[in-house]
Amino acid sequence: MILSKKDIPSFLDKLISEYQVFAPVQEGSYTLFKQISSGADAVLTDSNTKLPAKEIFFPQSEKLFSYNVTEEGTKLEATIDDQKKVVFGVRPCDAKSLTLLDNVFNNDKYQDPYYLTRRTNTIMVGVGCNAPASTCFCTSVNGGPFDTKGLDLLLVDTGDAYVVEVVSDKGKALAEQAGFAAASDADKTAASKAKEEAKVTCQVNTDGLKDKLDVNFYDPIWDKIHEKCLGCGACTYLCPTCHCFDIVDDAVDCNGCRVRNWDSCAFPLFTLHGSGHNPRTSNKERYRNRIMHKFKYFVDNFGEIACVGCGRCIKNCPVNMDIRVVLEDVRGSEARLDS
Amino acid sequence: MKNPYLPLPMKLVKNFTETEDKLIHTFTLQFLSEEDEKSFPYMPGQFAELCVFGKGEAPFGIASSPTEPGFLKFSVAKVGVVSTALHLMEEGSMVGVRGPLGNYYPVEDFKGKNVVIIGGGFAFTTLRSLATYMLHPDRRGDYGDITVIYGARNPGLLLYKEELAAWEQSPDINLITTIDRAVDGWNGRVGFIPAVTEEVAPSSENTYAIICGPPVMIKFTMPVLEKLGFPVERIIMSLENRMKCGIGMCGRCNVGGKYVCKDGPVFTRAQLNELPNEY
Ligand SMILES: Cc1cc2nc3c(=O)[nH]c(=O)nc-3n(C[C@H](O)[C@H](O)[C@H](O)COP(=O)(O)OP(=O)(O)OC[C@H]3O[C@@H](n4cnc5c(N)ncnc54)[C@H](O)[C@@H]3O)c2cc1C
Ligand code: SF4
Ligand code: SF4
Ligand code: FES
Repeated sequence: MILSKKDIPSFLDKLISEYQVFAPVQEGSYTLFKQISSGADAVLTDSNTKLPAKEIFFPQSEKLFSYNVTEEGTKLEATIDDQKKVVFGVRPCDAKSLTLLDNVFNNDKYQDPYYLTRRTNTIMVGVGCNAPASTCFCTSVNGGPFDTKGLDLLLVDTGDAYVVEVVSDKGKALAEQAGFAAASDADKTAASKAKEEAKVTCQVNTDGLKDKLDVNFYDPIWDKIHEKCLGCGACTYLCPTCHCFDIVDDAVDCNGCRVRNWDSCAFPLFTLHGSGHNPRTSNKERYRNRIMHKFKYFVDNFGEIACVGCGRCIKNCPVNMDIRVVLEDVRGSEARLDS
Repeated sequence: MKNPYLPLPMKLVKNFTETEDKLIHTFTLQFLSEEDEKSFPYMPGQFAELCVFGKGEAPFGIASSPTEPGFLKFSVAKVGVVSTALHLMEEGSMVGVRGPLGNYYPVEDFKGKNVVIIGGGFAFTTLRSLATYMLHPDRRGDYGDITVIYGARNPGLLLYKEELAAWEQSPDINLITTIDRAVDGWNGRVGFIPAVTEEVAPSSENTYAIICGPPVMIKFTMPVLEKLGFPVERIIMSLENRMKCGIGMCGRCNVGGKYVCKDGPVFTRAQLNELPNEY
């Protein structure tokens, strides 16, 4: 099937009448996913959005419930967002990150109804990356520029149009509903060619990384690796797989709400005990935890690396911490950053 | 899908100043209905998020035992926002309880074994739950000797004084209390927990040790237990990493790949030996 670029606004407008539609939009100097009210607002640029798409499912700040406590009793009211949604234009790495977060919010004991309800009610329309950025290393972490994990439809850019590939039943239904025209042989060839030519030039060798992390918790390398890090948390806020949060009350007297806000393992207060004791006292322990969590603990718990190679932490760190270099250092070999 | 973030409203029926320094209060909370109580089946060692509406929530070990129906008990040290708000609450107010959370002491494994419970300071809360559970007439026969070694800086800081007095008299339990420095009118022991443990602990044969207290106490008692021959599989500890969600999602309480809230807070020494020292 084929979706011509000039038809995208009208295609999205049709969807908007039935779904909440989220797409990349330009806001000031950067791009992020937002709910759009007009198909013309979507901007599909060459590279990924500055902010990941996880916010659609796990907002930076979210009301868990509101309460009203009076003499008569305590009233609690939780609103679970069950609106049907379409996420349009999400990149394969961000789509994959959600499949990783699914493990967290649907763990062996508990289900998070806020996140999971949104996930079930959302159709993911991805767009492959013909020109991966120099900071992208998705192919090193079990992904790829046309990877379909977490997607329902995948769009492949062939110039004036996108070739639409069906990934799931949900995607098939949406495509049928949209009534896309059939792709010609020429379109299909162009799509294959785009896929072949897209090159993720940056490789991070993860061979033996997990074995190293299994045994190097006390290795002196951690004394050095974190040195530059300011503990600002930018990398965690921009990372599509980071999921740490805090829970606070926002209330006047007893009428208010309980809210969860993104938090970060980079912050000292994150683990500070009431007694004053802190198990992760310095940046060293905190930075190590970030790496360990993504490349060891998550692998131990869920069988997958919790990094999708999107490169956001590399692009946005104020002191140029580069996770690729860190991983290479951890493996004990030289970093290869040439692109 | 059950919403794990919603607290159960409960009525604070007693706000009791537990220690002489007034820093620990014990709260008795009553279930509002039988249905509510049924929705909260718990075991000794579990904890709950206690919430003061308008202030927030914080995790506390459940000090009551499932053998005491109708209410829950928590003993709370005043350290910050939620705990202070709790201390100031009037009896009759409504609070919220979210749980029960976490795993519990392996009481099934304790069957047919002796048990020595070692507690220091105000970390005695879930140990009280455990002792009360095992001492229940329906259960007492399941276990061998039960020894409790409980220490505090001074007598005024010991929790649950009435119960301790009753345990003193009971043939079902061997209670040893100790304080750091001698004071007038104290008939118990004087000395730090590690030394007292070395002196009075029962044989490690066929015995489980359950230990809970401040980090220094744990640090110095551990070698004593090892010297006494307790294998790491039979030393049980409860961790208190900082928590928020209590359900393994907020990423806050991990020790290595384990979440203290979901995979703990109760671990064997053997399990902890496999984990990094981030607690
Ligand atoms: C499983 C478990 C069981 C527990 N059981 C018990 C129990 O039975 N009894 C008990 O008393 N406690 C128990 N605790 C500890 C208890 O959870 C904490 O004492 C409680 O969370 C404190 O909450 P708070 O809102 O009162 O304190 P907070 O307001 O969160 O503050 C606590 C401390 O954190 C520090 N802090 C917080 N915010 C800041 C900031 N912005 N800047 C600088 N410092 C800050 C301060 O040192 C402060 O004293 C348990 C903990 C766990 C994990
Ligand atoms: S963005 Fe850079 S400086 Fe900030 S916490 Fe991450 S690694 Fe450290
Ligand atoms: S760790 Fe960095 S590269 Fe990996 S997913 Fe997070 S932001 Fe992207
Ligand atoms: S308290 Fe949130 S993960 Fe343990």
